[in-house]
Amino acid sequence: RDFNERCAQCSEVNWGVTDGGGFYCRSCHNVTERTREVVNTDFITNSRVLTISKGSRQQEKNDGGCEWYVCEGFQLVLKKQVEALEALGVCPQMKDEILGNFWRCYLQKSKQAYCKRPAGETVKALSVCESSTDVDSDPERSSLLHLLSLSESEGDLQTDCSFASSVSKVSESTSVYSGSVDGSLYLMKSQKEKLRMTMPMTLSFCYMALLWVREPITLSELLRFVVEGHIPYFNVFQHFPEKMKLCGLDLKIFCVESWPVYEEVFNKMHELAAFLDLPRFPDITESCFLHPDMLCMKYLMEANLPDELHNWTCRVVKKIGIGEVDFLTLTPGNKSTRKVKYDVLAAAVIVVVLKLLFLLDDHYEWLLSDFAEERNKNNTEGGPYFEFKKWYEVVKRSLDVEQKKLDEERAKYLWRCEKPLFYSVKNKSKVLKRRQMVVNLQNQFGKLSGSVQRAEKPNPSSFQLSWSEENTDGSCFHGHSLKGILQEKCGLLKAMNPDYWLCTLKLCNEKLCGHLAHYREVEFPQSYHFVLGLFSFLLRIQPSYIHDEVCLIEHKLFNKKLYKKLKYSTLLKK
Amino acid sequence: SSNEHKLNFKKSKEVCLSYIQDALLQKQWKRAAEFLTCYIESLEKDYSREHIGPSEMIWRIGTEILWHHSQSSMREFNCFMEQMKTLGVKRYLKVCLEHVFHLLCNGQIDEAYQNLSLAESWRFGEQTAIQDKEMKLIQAYRGLLDYCSWSKQKSILLEQGEDEFSDLAVEQEMHGYFRKAAVNLKEIIKIPGVWDIFVKCYVDLLEFYGDHNEARQVLNEYAYNSKFPANPNAHVYLCQFLKRQGESKKTLIAALKILHDIVPSHELMIDFNTMLQKSKKRKKRRLGLEVIFAALDYAGWKENAKAWSCLARQVKHIVISEKHLDWIKQEWNSRKDWWPAFHFSRYLAKSNWQENKSLSYEKALVAGILLGKDCKYFKYVSHQGCKAQLRRFRMLKKFVNRHNRVCLRI
Repeated sequence: RDFNERCAQCSEVNWGVTDGGGFYCRSCHNVTERTREVVNTDFITNSRVLTISKGSRQQEKNDGGCEWYVCEGFQLVLKKQVEALEALGVCPQMKDEILGNFWRCYLQKSKQAYCKRPAGETVKALSVCESSTDVDSDPERSSLLHLLSLSESEGDLQTDCSFASSVSKVSESTSVYSGSVDGSLYLMKSQKEKLRMTMPMTLSFCYMALLWVREPITLSELLRFVVEGHIPYFNVFQHFPEKMKLCGLDLKIFCVESWPVYEEVFNKMHELAAFLDLPRFPDITESCFLHPDMLCMKYLMEANLPDELHNWTCRVVKKIGIGEVDFLTLTPGNKSTRKVKYDVLAAAVIVVVLKLLFLLDDHYEWLLSDFAEERNKNNTEGGPYFEFKKWYEVVKRSLDVEQKKLDEERAKYLWRCEKPLFYSVKNKSKVLKRRQMVVNLQNQFGKLSGSVQRAEKPNPSSFQLSWSEENTDGSCFHGHSLKGILQEKCGLLKAMNPDYWLCTLKLCNEKLCGHLAHYREVEFPQSYHFVLGLFSFLLRIQPSYIHDEVCLIEHKLFNKKLYKKLKYSTLLKK
Repeated sequence: SSNEHKLNFKKSKEVCLSYIQDALLQKQWKRAAEFLTCYIESLEKDYSREHIGPSEMIWRIGTEILWHHSQSSMREFNCFMEQMKTLGVKRYLKVCLEHVFHLLCNGQIDEAYQNLSLAESWRFGEQTAIQDKEMKLIQAYRGLLDYCSWSKQKSILLEQGEDEFSDLAVEQEMHGYFRKAAVNLKEIIKIPGVWDIFVKCYVDLLEFYGDHNEARQVLNEYAYNSKFPANPNAHVYLCQFLKRQGESKKTLIAALKILHDIVPSHELMIDFNTMLQKSKKRKKRRLGLEVIFAALDYAGWKENAKAWSCLARQVKHIVISEKHLDWIKQEWNSRKDWWPAFHFSRYLAKSNWQENKSLSYEKALVAGILLGKDCKYFKYVSHQGCKAQLRRFRMLKKFVNRHNRVCLRI
């Protein structure tokens, strides 16, 4: 209807819409590759598109609901997420031009819309009232039941026992169902070929779009915003319109009860980028936020480390070439380039720099600190010299406080929302009664909690730890000078520390065991563990991930030396 | 600090529970309530595979918090318990029972009675049969409350005495309570278990109405039926009953002997020893010595002058008669390694002398006999006693010195 271009073959403007939503010329029956540029991502439009292929489609069922497909649900989710990102200040183009396009591309490639429906596939619309006499050969049903009972894995809802048992009692009369039309089919599809959409994958979409426009939000920040509730992810379905009834297997698809995992979202994003055949992403240059030089600056500030360290991080970055455009920019499908975790990389660079300057062997850094303290006594001009000991005390104190808060937040995390979830119409009343009781009890004990009431969630902030230079107690180290631990040699300032220890002598094969190295706290110095812990907290990831990157950087840095005369000392704790 | 950055529903609720547990242990009720509020949503998940599900957790934790929290009222508490009763039908009677306990602790006897009656009339298909034990308990406690009412009526009756008319009404009521109580109490004590209070009350009722046979039978069952868990109190009740009934010494001694075997340190052992000492039979006197030595093995008797006087009397008698010295020898054999430090140290000599002269007298006598006149306890106490010019201590010194030769044979 909105499409006004001339047909390539016959130059007419007489378009119709195919089964899958593509355009075909009514005059010459030429099918285009172009998909409809749907300006608004409202699901109703989509449903109309799909309606054409199905022919008759019930708009209204008896309970006031309507038919809807799983991908429509995901589309809504993405819409909500990108709107939240916009509210956070992301550029408005992300919604339609970037994410919208990515999504449509995905739909097309996975053959869920905008394409001719492949011949053999029929949508088994297992709705509430259908009997199963003509559908569901036994192996399929048993596999579905198997899916239902497999509720132990993370991210899956634990199935209501009564529901599972009622399903297993299924004879000829009822079948497994969902509020959506293709819920059951969706779960049965094999994952491998078509990259089945999941809730964590919505975050992969978001991240991919953010990366494309090079927004100053790292993946760890994105996930943190999700957990803090600034980006819809848990309980997004409560924003679905009334007509889209969610029940049965839909819950397994749309309800999330675990925090998104960095690795999972990250890997899926790359899979997705390759699946969509995307070209090389826009360049990540030195002025980009995601460039290690920029991120290092941010993390140095947040870690309360002296600004002067930035010179050193830049030097390391330059030396091992991780600031190069080709290294940093994502080229999907290119298996030879390593996938870059920008945030982890920057953190690792800082860790390496700290090791270069302070050694961090639980010995030298304290000696050096005492030395700087001595020198500070005679230091009258300029800023104070940086003392590792003071920094450690200040940061550790704050970190412990914040970690304790975080631990309590984890214990108090609420997963459910007001909108109750039903597996079936049968247990609807039971579910509602339960919900009522839950609300009553929450009120009763909430009142007894004292003045500590759950306030509105705090505004999203990019910095979790902040240090102010105005504080006269000397708790801010940004302006401190490194001169206390450096020495002049031939007019250049060099580190007093001549030694370095490698985290690992040999890197593991990532493809075989999943990691480059295996971090165990007891095998490494406490100071090193502390520094890893600090960035682990800031990025909300396991210290071992940062450790991996550190190992990689070290191996690049000391590449030559590794094969030359042994000058380094490796620390092997018994 | 936790390095784990993953989180799912199950784990976050586990962590939540540990925070609740910490708060409860530190009696921080507000904090416990805060975390419980977050835990409550687990009610909407299925935990049927777990050993203890969220509904039970919430019941138990919530009860604790509401019971102790300063801002919580009894009304709120009751309201909460009613909600808990609807949460799990398999636990219904148990919740009712615990609710009743709380009401009783709060002095709300009438409400407790009402709840018990209500619970008694509960029926729920096969659950009724499954929860049979709890039902019996509920009936038993109702019986107990009926006993309390009976007891009250009885005291009213005893106070009044004179007036015939009021007597009758009160008496009728009293009998009514008796019937109700007896029926239920009788039922519960049939089941093997520890029912001290039920047994006591039931026996009290039976004795009042003169049914001594039934009372004796009940007590015998309770004490001797091997199906019942070993319970020293059962024997104590039986002994006390036999004493009240004026039973023969033989019967009493038989019952007390069993008590001695189970709980050598029981307070009735003194009476037992006294009884046995007086006996004409040698075996009994021998047993008496054994009993009193065994009682004094326990720290709780260390300062009991009466117990020491029993022992002192007996060993003195034996020493004077010079018969059965081997009895003392046998008892002393297993004790000579540790009794001196346990009872007869110099420190104890000093403190006993300061605090309780009679105690030190008795102990010194025993020490002098068992350990000879040179033992530190005897020396110190007798010296102090003579210094204080107390006659009996002089007598004591003389006695021990005179019989020292005999004592050395021990």
